[in-house]
Amino acid sequence: MSGLMNAVLQYGSAAAALVVVGLGIRLGRKWAPVDSQMDARPMLVGMSVAALVLLAVGGWLGLVWSPQDREMGDVYRIIYVHVPAMWMAMLTLVLNFACCVSYLLKANWKTDALAEASAEVGLLFGGFGLVLGAIWGRPTWGVYWDWDPRLTAMAIMLVTYTAYMALRRFVEDPDKRAVWSSVVGIISFANLPIVWFSVKWWRSLHQVQSTPKTVDPEMALSLRVNAWAFLILLTLFLLHRYRIALATREAEVALPDALPPDAPASRDGNSTEVA
Amino acid sequence: MRRSRPISLLKAVVVLLGKDLLIEWRTRARLNALIFFSLATLLLFSFAVGPDTKLLARNAGGYLWLALLFASVLALGESFRVEQENLTLDGLRMAPADARAIFLSKALGNTVLLVGLGALLIPVMIALYGVKVTLGAGPMLGILALGCMAVAAPGTVYSAIANNARARDVLLPLMLFPLIIPALLAAAKATTLVLQGDPMNQLGSWSGLLIGFNLIYWGLGFVLFPRVIED
Repeated sequence: MSGLMNAVLQYGSAAAALVVVGLGIRLGRKWAPVDSQMDARPMLVGMSVAALVLLAVGGWLGLVWSPQDREMGDVYRIIYVHVPAMWMAMLTLVLNFACCVSYLLKANWKTDALAEASAEVGLLFGGFGLVLGAIWGRPTWGVYWDWDPRLTAMAIMLVTYTAYMALRRFVEDPDKRAVWSSVVGIISFANLPIVWFSVKWWRSLHQVQSTPKTVDPEMALSLRVNAWAFLILLTLFLLHRYRIALATREAEVALPDALPPDAPASRDGNSTEVA
Repeated sequence: MRRSRPISLLKAVVVLLGKDLLIEWRTRARLNALIFFSLATLLLFSFAVGPDTKLLARNAGGYLWLALLFASVLALGESFRVEQENLTLDGLRMAPADARAIFLSKALGNTVLLVGLGALLIPVMIALYGVKVTLGAGPMLGILALGCMAVAAPGTVYSAIANNARARDVLLPLMLFPLIIPALLAAAKATTLVLQGDPMNQLGSWSGLLIGFNLIYWGLGFVLFPRVIED
């Protein structure tokens, strides 16, 4: 493929990504709030259809159209879903970190809701990518799990963010939950590079991570198409989860009596805070 | 009229640390429980692995740090429960002192406790697992101090959080363990090197990792802790 084609692909995919993110932000502002009057169905259905079509095309490109890998043969084809899933997981965790910092600087329920949504969706994509990585490891390394630094770091990260989600469930007071989970979110994010370096010093098996620059142009196209599909999916998931988080928060503020009576942190009989 | 001046950070830390250590010394409840718990853990490892003394000796560093880590959950959990009884945390918060002093004093207190515990455990480990400290007591104590600090800083922040949440006994290890994996890794590796000798000169990089971990988490805790205990 020529250089021109490559440039078109590169700028095209950047533009497509920006459009998706822009749509996501717009819907998040206009449609997600509980009192929204916006009828977003056409847009949401359109995005879902686009994601499914792109997934189908990407699947075909990845499984049929792309050439075999010189060393790994067909096994490598899992990167077309594994790599985009990991990208999306990274993206959501960066988003989560940004929300946590932003909440501590300026308390806003929308940032808190977005932090919750991004952590959960990030866990989903990260878990998906991790399982795919393990499946790929079986034919390539001969084992599902080889304590490879990237795999190990990813697993530690997933456990860290599971703890973050658990904390969110275990604190009833919405104000405290937001502040504490922001603190934990920042600390968890700061841990990622440390985990990465520490496990890297152990031993290394994982190949250099794949980006469109390190793979063949034809592979790059398949990778990009799948990445678009995943990005649209991610945006949709985030939007829905964000909307649920906002609605939950609304319900918490509106109907404190509706919470179960034993829910507030009233252990030891001396605590007065009620969610 | 005399203007009341806020107490300086350092002075507040010293006073608070003295208070916590005094409480600890007078009750000794936490200390006794910790010592017996961690001794039992060290013993249990030998039962779990079997009487293979070579294996035990080889993994001694890892077992030591696992025992310390399990004990640290008890120690950290207790460090804010002390303040809950008479709502004394509110008192501390209202005092004209920097809230960050509470973090520093609690984290230092936990470090002191864990280092003391480690200093008790090391001879027991040497006897139980039949290892000898090849590089001497100095590096051993240095690694012990660095590792305990690495557990104490994030542990203090998380214990302040978990103490007010539901299911606090589950939440603290759930949040803390994945976070301190790098520290555990580095401390266990470094301890093994101290015990078995360091022919490849790797001790420096592992202690460097521990120092970096400490810098990051003491810094983050210092900055973020006031937000954790604000009302």
